[in-house]
Amino acid sequence: MIEVANLTKRYGELAAVRDASFTAPSGQILGFLGPNGAGKTTTMRIITGFLPATSGTVRVEGFDVFTQSSEVRRRIGYLPESPPLYNDMTAAGFLRFVARLKGMARGDLAGALDRVLETCGLTDVRDRLLGHLSKGYRQRVGLAQALIHDPPVLILDEPTIGLDPRQIIEIRRLIKTLGGKRTVVLSTHILPEVSQVCDKVVIINDGRIVVEDELANLMRGRTLEDVFIEAISRDTGDGARAAAAET
Amino acid sequence: MRNVLTIAGRELRSYFSSPVAYVLLAAYLALAGYFFFALLSAFNQTLQMYSMMRNPEMVARFNLNQMVVVPLLHNMSVLLIFIVPAISMRMFPEEKRSGTYELLLTSPVRVGEIVLGKFLGGLGLVLLMVALSGYFGRLLVRYGNPEVPMMVAGYLGLALMATVFLAIGTLISSFTDNVVIAYVGALFALLVLYTIGWLGETMQGAAGGIVRYASITEHFSEMTKGIIDTKDVVYFATLLLIALFLTLRSVESVRWR
Repeated sequence: MIEVANLTKRYGELAAVRDASFTAPSGQILGFLGPNGAGKTTTMRIITGFLPATSGTVRVEGFDVFTQSSEVRRRIGYLPESPPLYNDMTAAGFLRFVARLKGMARGDLAGALDRVLETCGLTDVRDRLLGHLSKGYRQRVGLAQALIHDPPVLILDEPTIGLDPRQIIEIRRLIKTLGGKRTVVLSTHILPEVSQVCDKVVIINDGRIVVEDELANLMRGRTLEDVFIEAISRDTGDGARAAAAET
Repeated sequence: MRNVLTIAGRELRSYFSSPVAYVLLAAYLALAGYFFFALLSAFNQTLQMYSMMRNPEMVARFNLNQMVVVPLLHNMSVLLIFIVPAISMRMFPEEKRSGTYELLLTSPVRVGEIVLGKFLGGLGLVLLMVALSGYFGRLLVRYGNPEVPMMVAGYLGLALMATVFLAIGTLISSFTDNVVIAYVGALFALLVLYTIGWLGETMQGAAGGIVRYASITEHFSEMTKGIIDTKDVVYFATLLLIALFLTLRSVESVRWR
């Protein structure tokens, strides 16, 4: 469960996120959509505690991201836009390192490692250096890194980017199975991915949340493309207002 | 503490899983070995000259420590000014570039543990370097008769100085995501710290005293003479703590922006 309330993030003059509120319920996969530069990555970075918010609150599993940061970080698995890998480590060595960072007990480590290597299809490359892996494998190691400590909350920033069609299908299937007991926030530009995988959709445009609804409600008689285009061309931002003033 | 060791272990291993550690160790030891050889040759030559002049008084005043060990330690300290920033320069820039900075900062690890872990990882390599150069001292003990306690104090001073160098390098690498800036910035800071004493020599009164106290060379020289004084150890410890504390603040400051 993630609750975002009145979240605002300013970089100096520029407001990346403005008064955003939405909820990602437990056991559901939330598709987080928006054009490039809309504030998706910023929002996700705030939820994971990497960036501080200018104002507003974020609660993850009931813990406040700002005041109980370490409790939150213990419960989150995070795959940033580019997978955070040390190129001089082997896949297994890296995952072991991450597991220790996440505070896993030594005894659980071997089991967890085998589990994520298996689920992410990395068993064959476990002893290869990360720097020598292809983009698809790197992405999967990134996903494995987010999953290793079996967190109740997963934040995935464009997890299928750079994968070939077969891998995309595999990763989607994997993400779908992750939903059941976890809260998953999935950001992506691939709309069919959302309609296949997600239960709920949040669309952000120009830092504002413009759509928050169950996928089933949004899709009544419309494609997700229609919903998306309509949502991001609605008169919400200062840009649109300025354009209106000019005419 | 477990987190500190996890991060330190990864940091130290990363130096050895690339050629970095080997190149730095080789460069340092080869140059230090050359200095050692040159100093020793000069010593031998002078000794022979005085022996031929049959001046036992002069020969007796001859001293391996003063003519070989002390200058060698000073030369090695200058080498470290150039080598240690090469160890610290990648600490933070590389994490920021590869995105692993995000991984570290979103893990349930305190910022202090990250800073200490990275510092200790680098320190492992720095101390290995100093320890290996202890071989020159070992050679002198084997074939000559230097004053061992004095030499040990000198090496201890070198190790302390290298530790402080690394802490300053760590601090400067935390400011940037560019390795060149991290290297040159650290080099600049260390050279200032090393040479600020020159200013103190000509300055009078309290200001001169302060500048002389701030000079790292002053404190290091005392130790190469075999004097382990609390005031010198306190000086090194103070610099170390200040640098690490500022690094902590600098990394934390990501959260203030």
